[in-house]
Amino acid sequence: MPATLSRKAAIVGIGATEFSKDSGRTEMQLACEAVKAALEDAGLKGADIDGMATFSMDNNWENEILRQVGGKELKFFSRTEFGGGAACGPFVHAATAIASGLCDTVVIYRALNERSGLRFGSGQLMDTSPLNPNMINFSHYFPFGFMTPAAWIAFSARRYMHEYGATSEDFGRVAVSMRDFAATNPNAFFYEKPITLEDHQTSRMIADPLRLYDCCQESDGAVAFVVTSAEKAKDLQQTPALIASARQSIVKDTRMMTPFYGETISGIPEFDACAAEVYSMAGLNPDDIDMACLYDHFSPWVLPQLEAFGFCDQGEAKDYVRDGHINRGGKLPVNTHGGQLGEAYIHGMNGIAEAVRQIRGTSVNQVENVNHVLVTAGTGVPTGAAILERG
Amino acid sequence: MSELSAAELLEKVKPLLNRRVGPYKSFNPVSRTQVWQWCTAMGDNNPLYQQDDKVIAPPTMMQMWTMRDAQGNYPEGSSTDNPYEILSIMEEHGYAGVMAVSYDQTFHRYLEEGDQVHHYSTIVNITDEKSTAVGKGFFVTEIAHFLDQNEECFAEATITYFQYQAPKRPAAPKSSSGPMKINRVAPIENYDNEHYWEGLRQGKLLIQRCTSCGTLRHPPQPMCECCQSTEWDTIESTGKGTVYTFTVMHYPEIPPFDYPNAIVLVDLEEGVRLVSQLENCKPEDIEIGMAVEMEIKEVQEGMSLPIFKPAQ
Repeated sequence: MPATLSRKAAIVGIGATEFSKDSGRTEMQLACEAVKAALEDAGLKGADIDGMATFSMDNNWENEILRQVGGKELKFFSRTEFGGGAACGPFVHAATAIASGLCDTVVIYRALNERSGLRFGSGQLMDTSPLNPNMINFSHYFPFGFMTPAAWIAFSARRYMHEYGATSEDFGRVAVSMRDFAATNPNAFFYEKPITLEDHQTSRMIADPLRLYDCCQESDGAVAFVVTSAEKAKDLQQTPALIASARQSIVKDTRMMTPFYGETISGIPEFDACAAEVYSMAGLNPDDIDMACLYDHFSPWVLPQLEAFGFCDQGEAKDYVRDGHINRGGKLPVNTHGGQLGEAYIHGMNGIAEAVRQIRGTSVNQVENVNHVLVTAGTGVPTGAAILERG
Repeated sequence: MSELSAAELLEKVKPLLNRRVGPYKSFNPVSRTQVWQWCTAMGDNNPLYQQDDKVIAPPTMMQMWTMRDAQGNYPEGSSTDNPYEILSIMEEHGYAGVMAVSYDQTFHRYLEEGDQVHHYSTIVNITDEKSTAVGKGFFVTEIAHFLDQNEECFAEATITYFQYQAPKRPAAPKSSSGPMKINRVAPIENYDNEHYWEGLRQGKLLIQRCTSCGTLRHPPQPMCECCQSTEWDTIESTGKGTVYTFTVMHYPEIPPFDYPNAIVLVDLEEGVRLVSQLENCKPEDIEIGMAVEMEIKEVQEGMSLPIFKPAQ
């Protein structure tokens, strides 16, 4: 029973900057501000931190942040590769480090100026060094102009439509639901700006079948968390969000944004592989999940996540969405902050912050009686998932 | 041009240091017309310069008075020495870039109408070779003295240049005579995949085959995922297949591609998948399962790609 990290650690602090299109400051400052806010939220000081975890894509070094937030020493630090697929890895690492006694209190952060700085969707190149594994992978796609995340994901979305009869409107229903939540979230970029299904259907084509409103935003901002032992969490000021389970996942056919070579490409084999254990580690099943924060860089890939995690059968997510189950007041409200489609694109970390607020009962779009929230990291990449529990 | 080391080049130019050259004279005395032209061009409305009964030259005009004419000549009576001989020698030896780094000026008095200017130039320092973001080169410092008709120094300037060797860049495409053409991003070629790109250059679409268990694989990778052998050869694909999935890219429009840009994932008849572009097909006519065939095209110099079209 791989349950050693289950409920050994809890998220006890969350912090964020504003989400914008041009933060006007460095990613380092954003990171420090978010970490400081998370520490204050937890009622802790920089000197209480002895671990850090973040994305390998994050441009801010642990030592620099530690010094500025008043920290003294880190016994543990780790990074997770693969863009938004790293959104759950740091929690796996933090919980493992705490459960094993490596350290007591881990700060997790992600800061990015993705709109005012390097825009991932622009087709701009990052590091073109011949040793960069991204470039080696993308060498089979860039020469054709096949160089945006929307286009890569369109391959899978098209297959999903072909195999299960889902339509662009089904993807639109996901976008409309996220924008509905964002419309009542003052921190969302699209606050008070809901869209209709017709708006979605008439929004311009980006990479067929993905329309503009199927694509997440580009944002500047930072989110940070404080994770500590379940024991210590009891003495702190916030309702703890226990990490009931957390897992990373890579399978044989996983590729970096370009999973085109498996037997099927319409699903998310990484989640198919890990979902059962995400539940068993927590001793829970899909019926126990009260709401979910699912990674939504592009709306089509929300659907197979609902299937992989057992909320509906394979190919039936379109019906689940048509029935309104992921909406406000639905059976499984998804991304009540507005998601990355509606709130901001902070590489999924703002979704995990919303999961913590739902556990605490402090979301602006609070779901009643939330005890368990499923959170997922990016799809189409090496990824991970976790279940948070009200402590 | 001989290839000199940086140290040898320094040895060659150092004897020219601290040699004061000049005078370099001005074509015209300070005049109301030229002061008016300068102030107008610069948007300098300071009333000090153009008074009814008096004209004062803005100090920053200093360098302008002794500039060469449009043909590059100094006025008669000027020295024929090249004040920048050191820079010229460096340029001949591959340090062809020059960048002004700093310009410190000292003014001792205002020039007035009728003053006649000349200047002298002295190269006073050259550093050792330095590496910078723009390339390797030498910082060269010049001191210029500006004198009036009474041989009195009214201003001086300390100017530092960076004379550098720009890093070598790939040569521009031979055919391009117009604006610079943006190329497709070239693939990274390494031991694992160079056979693939070289095959395309030779007009063949090659699929990697494990020589131990016979499994085909694409994209290339060093080890067979079925039997872990690193021994492999290739077979030549017919380039025939069917569309497994597709997208039509509309936005953003990335140069040099034409939009909309149809991209297909093709199930090749040999049993592997390949990403490519689809041509000769209206976007609305693309369907999953449609038969396609390939033609290898040299899309730009040194880059050949398998491009698909609907099967005939």
